[in-house]
Amino acid sequence: MNNVILLIGITLMYSTPLVFGALGGVVSERSGVTNIGIEGMMVVGALAAAAGSYFTGSPWMGFLIAGICGALVALLHAVASISFAADQTVSGVAINLLAPGLALFACRSFFDGGATSPIVTKLPKIFGDTWMQGTPWANLNVNVTTVIALVLTAVVWFVLYKTKWGLRVRAVGEHPAAADTLGISVSKTRYACVLCSGMLAGFGGASVTIAIISQFTQTAICGQGFIALAAVIFGKWKPFGAYGACMLFGATQALTIILGGGSFPIPSTILSMLPYVMTIIVLILFVGKSVAPKADGVPYIKGSR
Amino acid sequence: MNAIVKFLKRPIASALVAILCGFAVAAVILAVAGYNPFITFGTLIHGSIGTPKYITNVIIKATPILLTGVAVAFAFQTGLFNIGAEGQYILGTICATIVGVTVDLPGPLEVPLVVLAGALGGALLGAFIGFLKAKFGIHEVITSIMCNWIMMYLCNFVVGTDAFHKPNSNTAFPIHTSGYTMILPEWKVSEEGIEYLIAHPLLRDVLLKTDLNLGFLVAVLVAVLVGILLSRTKLGYELRAVGLNKDAARFSGIGVEKSIVTCMCISGAICGLAGALNITGIAPHTISLLKVQEGYGFNGLSVAFIAGCSAIGCIPSSLLFSALIYGGMTVQQVLGVPSEIISIMIGTIVFFTALPSIAPKISAWIERRRSEKESSTPNSTAKEA
Repeated sequence: MNNVILLIGITLMYSTPLVFGALGGVVSERSGVTNIGIEGMMVVGALAAAAGSYFTGSPWMGFLIAGICGALVALLHAVASISFAADQTVSGVAINLLAPGLALFACRSFFDGGATSPIVTKLPKIFGDTWMQGTPWANLNVNVTTVIALVLTAVVWFVLYKTKWGLRVRAVGEHPAAADTLGISVSKTRYACVLCSGMLAGFGGASVTIAIISQFTQTAICGQGFIALAAVIFGKWKPFGAYGACMLFGATQALTIILGGGSFPIPSTILSMLPYVMTIIVLILFVGKSVAPKADGVPYIKGSR
Repeated sequence: MNAIVKFLKRPIASALVAILCGFAVAAVILAVAGYNPFITFGTLIHGSIGTPKYITNVIIKATPILLTGVAVAFAFQTGLFNIGAEGQYILGTICATIVGVTVDLPGPLEVPLVVLAGALGGALLGAFIGFLKAKFGIHEVITSIMCNWIMMYLCNFVVGTDAFHKPNSNTAFPIHTSGYTMILPEWKVSEEGIEYLIAHPLLRDVLLKTDLNLGFLVAVLVAVLVGILLSRTKLGYELRAVGLNKDAARFSGIGVEKSIVTCMCISGAICGLAGALNITGIAPHTISLLKVQEGYGFNGLSVAFIAGCSAIGCIPSSLLFSALIYGGMTVQQVLGVPSEIISIMIGTIVFFTALPSIAPKISAWIERRRSEKESSTPNSTAKEA
């Protein structure tokens, strides 16, 4: 029983950054822009959150600053892939090269050459700091970011499927030329979505550095952005689908930790592979049934056929 | 002016514009962070090509990224994005180490065996990724990235096993010395060799203080061969056809699925070769515990993109990146500038190469400006009238 509670607690904790990243992926890809740069945007968000929380003293400010910085990085991707019709994969990769360098450079400049930030104030947990201390139930006292992630998933779902803006986004992602003839600005819609996606990724980074751990380190973001992208595909580009996929990946991570803490004769290095192996297996089993937005990854050039 | 416009229309111009932009952005960031950009760039250049020893080290460090760059460029030309070069490189080092430690043969047999083992490892991983794409339609970017992490942990697992772990260290046992590919490894530390080298300071710098090895020659050879394969053979033609238009290729009787697997297999083999050559060529001749990925794969991506995905073009671009990375270490030691400035520069350069239209746009802009000027001058309007 205790292990089950622990498993749920850790699952929720580890899936949260993935949920933010995956939502970012969903928003961007539904509008037709592939965003491989989620990982890089998360790294920048992670640093911005820690630095923001350190310098303003308020973790909530840190959270907001992380969103803004994530969006700023996304702006680069937007300019390249929308205005310049660049290869979106290459641009995303460039962001993944650029952003960690930028984050670490900024970290060293802010904190006297250190590759990690000092310990900063964290965001609160949902039931406060003293709830059920000492009992297994305390593991369910998850970070407030976990709740924010769930709420944002619902918001993204609502906007995408129940509002006219969502309809426009989906139209632009499926058939930009048709949307264009109806007077929807393809490039404005895509700009908005990519910026939004960067903001969500920035929140994702923040949910690592000011909720799970309490400082920025070089390895705070190590592949979560890419796992989030896999979750987008596995979740069939739908907000709640992606949410479920992230939960699954979070659960694998939790399993890794619980098995690693037990007396199982499995080396920790093999256990660490589990989330990544799981991702591949899940994709093999399910990917055939999911179809990307039709115009995903294709730059829209007015008048071209 | 005409010459500039003409030049900007050539493909190499895009690369040069991107490199300039990389330096410009880095200069701005350095200035904002309170470092003098000119002194930093001066140190960077001195730290990479200032002495024969530095130049040799730049060449040595260019070897793996030249190969991973060629691998990425090759895959890209056939429509695949091999972001998994890192994992294939790591598997190459693992296989080379396992074979190099367990098998002890004379040099002429040991070296090819170790190198082939590495290439085979990379090839298998590449083929696996290609197979997943061909058979299940899983995007190679996702699977490759997952494989990169899996390979990193596999490396740590192998280092940790009793059979390979070197006691009191974080590495595995080094491979047998017969598998080394340095140039004159024994002669240069023998008495006779040292005596000779003391008399020839240039050679001493180049040979004694570095791990100068045959790897770079092999890498250049591979780059040339891949260039020939793509542009001059039937296989290369078919692979490129698949990259350009899958449906047209299928219609003309090319096995698209088979092509994808073949291409990833070759690309992976080249990455594995890079790993194996690093094991045979440079100290410590073995694998170590990895905390983060080593970046050979991602640097390979940069090398390939700046070269416009031409295999031959990877040779100069790998030397450029190697010089930046190697010189970046000096910059950090001498000036205290965080060496991440180099990642920022490389990222910026790749970012600008992603904008293929930038150089032609500038040339079009210059032409437009000039034609406007001409039409506004009274002389030319008078003539037209």
